Amino acid sequence: MQRNIPDGPRPTDIYFFATCLVDLFCPEAGMDAIQILEREGIRVHFPENQTCCGQPAYTSGYADEARLVAAKQLDLFPEDWPVVVPSGSCAGMMFHHYPKLFAEDPVRKAQADALSGRVFELTEFLLKVLKVQFKDAGQPTKVTLHTSCSARREMGTHLHARELLGQLSGVEVLMQSHESECCGFGGTFSVRQPEISAAMAGDKADALKKTGAEVFLSADGGCLMNINGTLEKRRDSFRGQHLASFIWERTGKNNGGQA
Amino acid sequence: MTTQPLQFVPGSEFKRRAAKVVADPFLKKSFRGAMDFLMAKRAAQFPDPELLERQRTLAEHIRRYSLARMPQLLEQLEANLVKNGVKVHWAENSDEANAIILGICRQHDAKLMVKGKSMVSEEVELNHAMDAAGIDALESDMGEYIVQLAGEKPSHIIMPAIHKTKQDIAKLFAEKVPGVAYTEDVDALIQVGRDVLRKKFMDADIGLSGVNFAVAETGSLCLVENEGNGRMCTTVPDVHIAITGIEKVVEKLEHVVPLYGLLTRSATGQAITTYFNVITGPRREGEKDGPREMHLVLVDNGRSQAYADEQLRQTLQCIRCGACMNHCPVYTRIGGHAYGTTYPGPIGKIVSPHMMGLAATHVLPGASTLCGACGEVCPVKIPIPDLLIRLREEATHDAKPGHAPLVGQGAGKTTFASLAFKGFAFLYSRPALYRTFVWAATRFRFLTPGKQAGWTDSRTPLKPAAKSLRDLLAERENRGS
Repeated sequence: MQRNIPDGPRPTDIYFFATCLVDLFCPEAGMDAIQILEREGIRVHFPENQTCCGQPAYTSGYADEARLVAAKQLDLFPEDWPVVVPSGSCAGMMFHHYPKLFAEDPVRKAQADALSGRVFELTEFLLKVLKVQFKDAGQPTKVTLHTSCSARREMGTHLHARELLGQLSGVEVLMQSHESECCGFGGTFSVRQPEISAAMAGDKADALKKTGAEVFLSADGGCLMNINGTLEKRRDSFRGQHLASFIWERTGKNNGGQA
Repeated sequence: MTTQPLQFVPGSEFKRRAAKVVADPFLKKSFRGAMDFLMAKRAAQFPDPELLERQRTLAEHIRRYSLARMPQLLEQLEANLVKNGVKVHWAENSDEANAIILGICRQHDAKLMVKGKSMVSEEVELNHAMDAAGIDALESDMGEYIVQLAGEKPSHIIMPAIHKTKQDIAKLFAEKVPGVAYTEDVDALIQVGRDVLRKKFMDADIGLSGVNFAVAETGSLCLVENEGNGRMCTTVPDVHIAITGIEKVVEKLEHVVPLYGLLTRSATGQAITTYFNVITGPRREGEKDGPREMHLVLVDNGRSQAYADEQLRQTLQCIRCGACMNHCPVYTRIGGHAYGTTYPGPIGKIVSPHMMGLAATHVLPGASTLCGACGEVCPVKIPIPDLLIRLREEATHDAKPGHAPLVGQGAGKTTFASLAFKGFAFLYSRPALYRTFVWAATRFRFLTPGKQAGWTDSRTPLKPAAKSLRDLLAERENRGS
């Protein structure tokens, strides 16, 4: 699905929806994303009552349970500010699936539609709304990129990360084979079909490593946990990093960043 | 030739069989290679993404238009076929379809049937029924012939023997075809098949075929094929029986053109097939060839169940190109036989529950990462991931009030899963409780179990961070940053 992003004045305030995975398993990625946004002069609001987008229940066929959780998130964003999400699949849930989830509830449906229009995946927001121009402050390096399936197919944002990395003069982005193929996470799929999931994750880890990159990057917490967990189990030192952390480090953290 | 017993296997076996294939490095390499080849062939046919998008939208609209009028179109189709001299039969399920075909065979005292490729005949297990009645039903499509000779079922809807290597086939022919020596020369192998089949076309009493599109307005049956065996089956024997699902009907001939163009490009990456047959009745007076008698068997077999629901009806838009399986990372890993269904891969996961019931198939909709590759390539834009989610819901819940239950409704219900998701909803819809949970999970992270069902088979355990994002933000606030 392609998104229409209207040209308008640069927003001054945004809501940050961290996602439950980032909150609990990779908080530094959330922190780095917030700091990048703040460095761009944005006031970042973190609604304290946020929990989870409800996706695990929704994709498992438990729509009622997903609705209970999702309804709570719909109430978190009273101001008409953009909602920025550092994960393609959770952004996809809010953008793509919330309107369907509440199709039979006119009040919630209106809320879901309104929210859907202002939910942005982090890379999309940086590139298309803020139109950032990063300045590289690191040593030359080679990286490779894994884009989550939701980012690619639900948010249509798979090119944004690549474009952002293209702004970093010392970073060479290497292509892996079967680039668009799923890493095999799939939420509960990874525990329901562990053998197939392991085969997919193993192939993805192989393909990423084979590029010869120093690190692989992804803007999705689920894929990172899956591929990194697989590499660690193999006692392989190759690792993935959240794109936000990589950018924050490469652009000199608080010291610079803007071209 | 005697038909081998079928290897019909229930869906509950899925996990075991999938695991077996995944552990076989030879099969893994072979499937990967075949699917890479097919994906590249398809991609080469669609260089312009915008044009493809317009073509898919048109095809989707034609299929939706046809389905919206399906009952009337089927009546019109029947009336026009009858006018053209074709006998039309309706079969609610596999048994009825087989009984109808057996009845026709008996009327003609038939001993030998040659078959063109037909997935619906696989679906109703026609070969098995013919074998039981003492009638030889011989597959004449090369892939189907190989699969039949090996006593197997197709592993792909377009390329039934895709799981077999050249060496497998060489061995099979040397073992099963009298007077054939082992050779890995592909042309020689194809010639073996041709020699065997050529004679059978002449001897056969009945020719059986599938149908790709049934045109209501003209009463025509369109058959898409590459080998010419379809044309032989439908013209050489005295009696031609066509079998198809009721969803294959379209209103007009001109609706076939865009669908055909997308079908061949999506399936095998061909701009057009070698043969395209439009069959509008048996041999007419004065004509020198063609069957003297022609039948069409229209099969429901669960399609009405999908049809009755607006969302599930989209399943019936399918034109059976197989692109979803070629692009599916799960199919690529496990091949078609693991599914235990006539139709494997993503389309199989959404269509089989209607044909076989959810009791036998409830595992299948769950065996997907919902990566969306299938929906992305589907030429008629079936939202396969959405339908997988819907069937996951139907498999684990009773029917909603006002909705007729699906066959096998709720068969995948488990107390564990339903409690787990109730627990999920309880925790994640109570922000204060969730915060307490995150606080505890980070403080007591040393208690994280080292073994986590399924996950840690191939990964290190998931362990909460020492400090949550909330903690980090609160610390920063306190530092006055």
